[in-house]
Amino acid sequence: MNSLYYQKRLSRNIGDKFFTSLSVICALIAILPLIFLVTYILYKGGSQITPELFTLEPNPPGDDLDAGGINPALIGTLIITTIASIIAIPVGVGGGIYLAEYSRGGAFSRFIRFGVNVLAGVPSIIAGVFIYALIVSTKILFGSMYSGLAGGMALSILMLPTVIKTTDEGLKLVPNELRYASLGVGASMYATILKVTLPSAFRSIATGVVLGIARAAGETAPLIFTALFSYYYIVGIEDLFYEMGSLAILIYNFALEPYDAQNKLAWAASFILVLSILSVNIFSRILAAFTEKTKRV
Amino acid sequence: MEEKLTLFKNRKRFGIEKNIDIIFKNTALVLSSFVAIILLGIILVVFFQSFESFSRYGLKFLVTSEWNPVKDEYGAFTAIYGTLVTSFLSLLITIPLGVGTAIFITEDFVPKVFREIIGSFVELLAAIPSVVLGLWAIFVMEPFFRAFFVFLHNFFGWIPLFSTEPTGRNSLLAILILVVMLLPIVTAIARDSLNQVPKKLRNAAYGIGASRWKTIFSVILPAALSGIMAGVLLALGRAMGETMAVTMIIGNSNAFSWSLLSPGYTISSMLANQFGEADGSQVSSLFYAAFVLMILSLVVNIFAQWLVKKFSLKY
Repeated sequence: MNSLYYQKRLSRNIGDKFFTSLSVICALIAILPLIFLVTYILYKGGSQITPELFTLEPNPPGDDLDAGGINPALIGTLIITTIASIIAIPVGVGGGIYLAEYSRGGAFSRFIRFGVNVLAGVPSIIAGVFIYALIVSTKILFGSMYSGLAGGMALSILMLPTVIKTTDEGLKLVPNELRYASLGVGASMYATILKVTLPSAFRSIATGVVLGIARAAGETAPLIFTALFSYYYIVGIEDLFYEMGSLAILIYNFALEPYDAQNKLAWAASFILVLSILSVNIFSRILAAFTEKTKRV
Repeated sequence: MEEKLTLFKNRKRFGIEKNIDIIFKNTALVLSSFVAIILLGIILVVFFQSFESFSRYGLKFLVTSEWNPVKDEYGAFTAIYGTLVTSFLSLLITIPLGVGTAIFITEDFVPKVFREIIGSFVELLAAIPSVVLGLWAIFVMEPFFRAFFVFLHNFFGWIPLFSTEPTGRNSLLAILILVVMLLPIVTAIARDSLNQVPKKLRNAAYGIGASRWKTIFSVILPAALSGIMAGVLLALGRAMGETMAVTMIIGNSNAFSWSLLSPGYTISSMLANQFGEADGSQVSSLFYAAFVLMILSLVVNIFAQWLVKKFSLKY
């Protein structure tokens, strides 16, 4: 009779309680760093934000009077990420289209899909080393060595697998009936892809690509010896062929400086970088959730 | 009859449209093969650049720890050891934490809303750039743990791992920041594979009287094991290649030491530190180290993919 009731002291129930609290502790330990990190960056970086930050050049370390602003690094990050997107998005979307629409699961497409996964796992610094050997040390780009262009190329290698994967998976979710209908009324394959399948997969592809861009914007390792760093304003198109600053490298360089002013600038740059990356992430998450809901209705 | 024939005639596509179709397909084909070209390019370029050093030192490079640009002697043992130790020890901490968190998110201990919030919180942690984590590690984590490290050294100094006096940045801090970075990866993948385990299995286990955690340990976790393992391997690959946060906090010293409380080196931090200013045979030796790193992460990645294919859930 008693065995019908829940008995607290039973070893299985004690064990259950123990492991449940263990997993709660795990979850707590997992979220605590994030809360600490985000609040600390918001607090420490947010207090450094001034209008001059966005307009001034950073002063070289050593003048311990004033660190200046991060304008060149901010613009540099935008330019380098744009270059990476210009390279990686067409190549990635095109490759994804081939995998999802044309390939029939043969050896070639399996090899490419495998390659995409392997490329996604290549350490980011290796991408920098590769571009250094290929472009920086050979001075192949009109004799310029370290340049924003080279940095963008290194980043594009990291973006490429993400773009291909999201395109491939987004297109695979498009129902085949749409393709049959389009081909059935006489559209050719390219028209079907460009006017039917690609538009209907647009939102999921765009979300993935935007997340990939946000990720690339924070990458540092590939830029250390491809784009290097610059303290000066970016004024013209020819600056693409010279050293170019970026927020990520600014944080790296200035975090290791012994001067307080530079460290503060690093915090301010982190604030801007983290805030933009997190807001892109949260925004695309909300968008994705919203789309899912409307689809179900 | 006549009318029908013209209709058939009209059904033919114009030559130009056919050509566009063919061009479009071939362009897509070429673009997709870029992945293979880049991958092979990376392997070949890094290999050929390291050839000079490879032919000079051979495999001795992997087991000697002298790195002396003045005497032109290079061996990467310290960096390779550092890479392996930091990545494996950080995984050792991450696996129980990550899987525990994943179980917490997939079980119904708290209402679904909270679990989803925690889940996306952890995923957001993955989006924070590693250079920011490095900055945080330098200015927040290092002072925070300093007293703890002194305690470790005072009481466990007889263990070789804690045998040196803690002085600022060290390998243990690198391990801890790697844990922060790997946790989201392991948690996300473990959660996905736990979610994929069919409800039937859980209900069957409950039906024959298993308690919740008996079910988790004997039914759910074994069923999700291959996915979790693959996630762990991916995280291992990430840990080996992680550069910025580790470079900023590990102390960057090539002097070999067993102790985790002394400054260390990893292959990627060595590359980040020295590549810009290296010349002569040092460049080739750095490429050799990069090649070693690439092979390590390739092996781990390919093994992970193989594991997923071989043992993916069959229900």
